[in-house]
Amino acid sequence: MAQLQVSVVSADREVWSGPARQIVARTTEGEIGILAGHEPMLAILSTGEVRITNLDGTVSTAKADGGFFSVEHDNVTILAGQAELV
Amino acid sequence: MGAQLRVYRQKIKSAQTTKKITRAMELIAASRIQKAQQRVAASAPYSRAVTRAVSAVATFSNVEHILTTEPEKIERAAIVIFSSDRGLAGAFNANVLREAEELAALLRSEGKDVVYFLVGRKAVGYFGFRQRKWEREWTGGTDQPEFATAQEIGQALVERFVQPASEGGVDEIHIVYNRFVSMMTQVPEVVRLLPLEVVEGVEEPGEHEILPLYEFEPEVDAVLDALLPVYIESRLFNAMLQSAASKHAATQKAMKSASDNADALIRDYTRLANNARQAEITQQISEIVGGADALSSAN
Repeated sequence: MAQLQVSVVSADREVWSGPARQIVARTTEGEIGILAGHEPMLAILSTGEVRITNLDGTVSTAKADGGFFSVEHDNVTILAGQAELV
Repeated sequence: MGAQLRVYRQKIKSAQTTKKITRAMELIAASRIQKAQQRVAASAPYSRAVTRAVSAVATFSNVEHILTTEPEKIERAAIVIFSSDRGLAGAFNANVLREAEELAALLRSEGKDVVYFLVGRKAVGYFGFRQRKWEREWTGGTDQPEFATAQEIGQALVERFVQPASEGGVDEIHIVYNRFVSMMTQVPEVVRLLPLEVVEGVEEPGEHEILPLYEFEPEVDAVLDALLPVYIESRLFNAMLQSAASKHAATQKAMKSASDNADALIRDYTRLANNARQAEITQQISEIVGGADALSSAN
């Protein structure tokens, strides 16, 4: 199955990167779910919370307040000045 | 002991203690370069991602945005100077300040007003001594730059940039900092930050890679509004990190040559001290021989 390649980056380091099955993020327009094969997209995160469904089905959450969210060719980048995995 | 010899020994002692200090500072700087370089490397994914996003927005949408459009007439330009808080770094601060002066002269010759934003105590001292005015200063954190400081500087700059020129706003922003090339070389560099020359930062797409057509959420304008300050902050943060790494490298170099000079001084003074000691001994011998002669001839 196709999978997403996710990286969470903050200004001073790459917080996390790895493969994932699905990503759910809340943008300023509303919640959006991303699966592999999604069209390229650039969005502003509103609450900054992003839920990442790992390949084994567990869910991890990244916090990225005032951050961005970009999707292209199954590469997802979540970036913010301060980002962390919770 | 002869007075001359004592003076030489004092000088040797003093050179030795100075050398201990400079050697210690050299080692400290050397260990800090490593850390500073790692921080520059660690911040690379972020600035790459931001640059990519900005390139995407700028290339695939022909939006007119205040931060990207060139104003018709530029009345006032701002220069941000990244210096260090401490000296003892050779020509580090002199270089960056000279570069800034040249840039200011160039801008003035084009009929623009120049306002300064200073980072680091050395730049503040330089301007204070010459009784020149500056807009704002950020001091105390040049050795280990914090991203929060970059955000603060970015906010202050964008704020001034969006103000109309008649109310004291600036139309152009330049940054001057030392770029870290290698342990041996640091080059002062001038970059125009605003209006953005995104072209310069655009990543060349690889052969099989085309920058995709993005979908924007909410709108292109809003995304650009939010993205550009972030881009500026990331550029500023990068300049701060580069400057910090350069500062440590410059300190290490300066302290190494100071230690070498101390070595040379110690060697020279040791030779002189040896000379003085031998001269003293020779004199003592001739005094004794002379005395003995005088005694024997008196008998």
